[in-house]
Amino acid sequence: MRRAHIVGAGNTAFGRLEGRTPLDLMAEAAQRALDDAALDRTAIDGVLCGYATTLPHLMLATLFCERFALEPAYAHAMQLGGATGAAMVMLARELVRVGRCRNVLVVAGENRLTGQARDSAIQTLAQVGDADFEVPNGASVPAYYALLASRYLHETGLTETDLAELAVLMRARAAEHPDAHQRTPITVADVLASKSIASPLKLLDCCPISDGAMALVISADPGRRLAAAIVGAGQAHRHQHLSAMADVLDTGAAIAGRRAFDEAGFDRDRIDYLAIYDSFTITLAILIEELGFAPRGGSARRARAGDFAPDGVLPLNTHGGLLSFGHSGVAGGMGHVVEAFRQLTGRAGARQIPRRTCAFVHGDGGVLSSHVSLVLQRED
Amino acid sequence: MSTVTSSNGFAAGLAEREVRYQICADCGHVQTLARLACRSCGASRLEWRRAAGTGAVFAVTVVSRAPSDEFRALAPYTLVLVDLDEGCRIMGHAEPGVQIGQRVVADFFDHGGRTLLRFRSP
Repeated sequence: MRRAHIVGAGNTAFGRLEGRTPLDLMAEAAQRALDDAALDRTAIDGVLCGYATTLPHLMLATLFCERFALEPAYAHAMQLGGATGAAMVMLARELVRVGRCRNVLVVAGENRLTGQARDSAIQTLAQVGDADFEVPNGASVPAYYALLASRYLHETGLTETDLAELAVLMRARAAEHPDAHQRTPITVADVLASKSIASPLKLLDCCPISDGAMALVISADPGRRLAAAIVGAGQAHRHQHLSAMADVLDTGAAIAGRRAFDEAGFDRDRIDYLAIYDSFTITLAILIEELGFAPRGGSARRARAGDFAPDGVLPLNTHGGLLSFGHSGVAGGMGHVVEAFRQLTGRAGARQIPRRTCAFVHGDGGVLSSHVSLVLQRED
Repeated sequence: MSTVTSSNGFAAGLAEREVRYQICADCGHVQTLARLACRSCGASRLEWRRAAGTGAVFAVTVVSRAPSDEFRALAPYTLVLVDLDEGCRIMGHAEPGVQIGQRVVADFFDHGGRTLLRFRSP
């Protein structure tokens, strides 16, 4: 099979972007990705786009193509919650590998913050819960993750202070990114003192709701600039609802990661950059630990030791993650892939870290319900 | 015996102030939530039975930020996941202060036109 390469990335700023629509945000990110890839729009023969909660259209990909003047041979939207971004990249790779497409535009964006009332956003998201068993209790996504956190802390000894450490880390990275939503530095004390949302999670353990868009181009031809090959991918889907997650130490993340590594043909010891989904601090802690990048209960210890810093052995989410770069739905989860690609290929500007060769990306949707892992490799 | 194809067994139980759970008529496997097939043997003959309502707290949170006006009046409120003695897991409200591992028993309360679970110490 052919090899698939990420050849371009683009994004809008994240945050409060009054007056913007999902389609114009997507168009801005897409144009930047095309420019980065040095491709004309006529070269795009495949389009995958994420859903937008503020524009629940039946054919969002086709609609976007009309507005953005694309006429691809293959296009549709995808819905897999927070894992959608990584899943679209995985599918774009498959489309390229089998020869269906040569250049696939992957794009997502929405005005999730300014396009709807906050209660409306929270209630839309809460519907990932079970309509009979969970949602009627007045549960919300933070409440699901809080329940999960209570059990995970109980079983592993991880503490609220440990979780706070991860929020501080993501804020420090966002402070270095001009497009990030939340850039004011915070301390562990700030996180612990922030108002309770659903114990043990506090406001600063939760990602913000943002407006913004992200785009990537995945191609059969690596192009003239440095590209990143997608050398492994894997998914796992073991439950939808928190109630049905049998074991908080076995969510499916490790299974998806194993599938991706098996395909890559090497193991995590080759990984020198991490891009891990972080809707809440507990999400980040669980994923890092289940994926084996820290021992159980040990993710914050590695953060404190500097391992996840830009100059550490395993830089993590150097754009600031969902926790601080921001979360505009599918685009939020694409942000991890975009940043990994930029760091691998020397496109990160002032944030550029020393040469990295192999990135591991992990996205999850729902309540650690759908998992997608990717292994990216610098090509030179 | 009719095949259950929705979670109405649970909701109908709540309306009658009963906790009900799904069990496979073929192999006896007890499952969480409402399924259309048995996770153990794949059979689709699934029944709803009445649970004793007793179990142990698996996870607990105190929700301060309610998702809607309907629940804002109750905040802060305690939500739990409870492992019922019959072998399934269920979400409900709970009395303040319950801890992971604690034995609890299901009680009921009416809110917003629905009957909901509230677990308390036995």
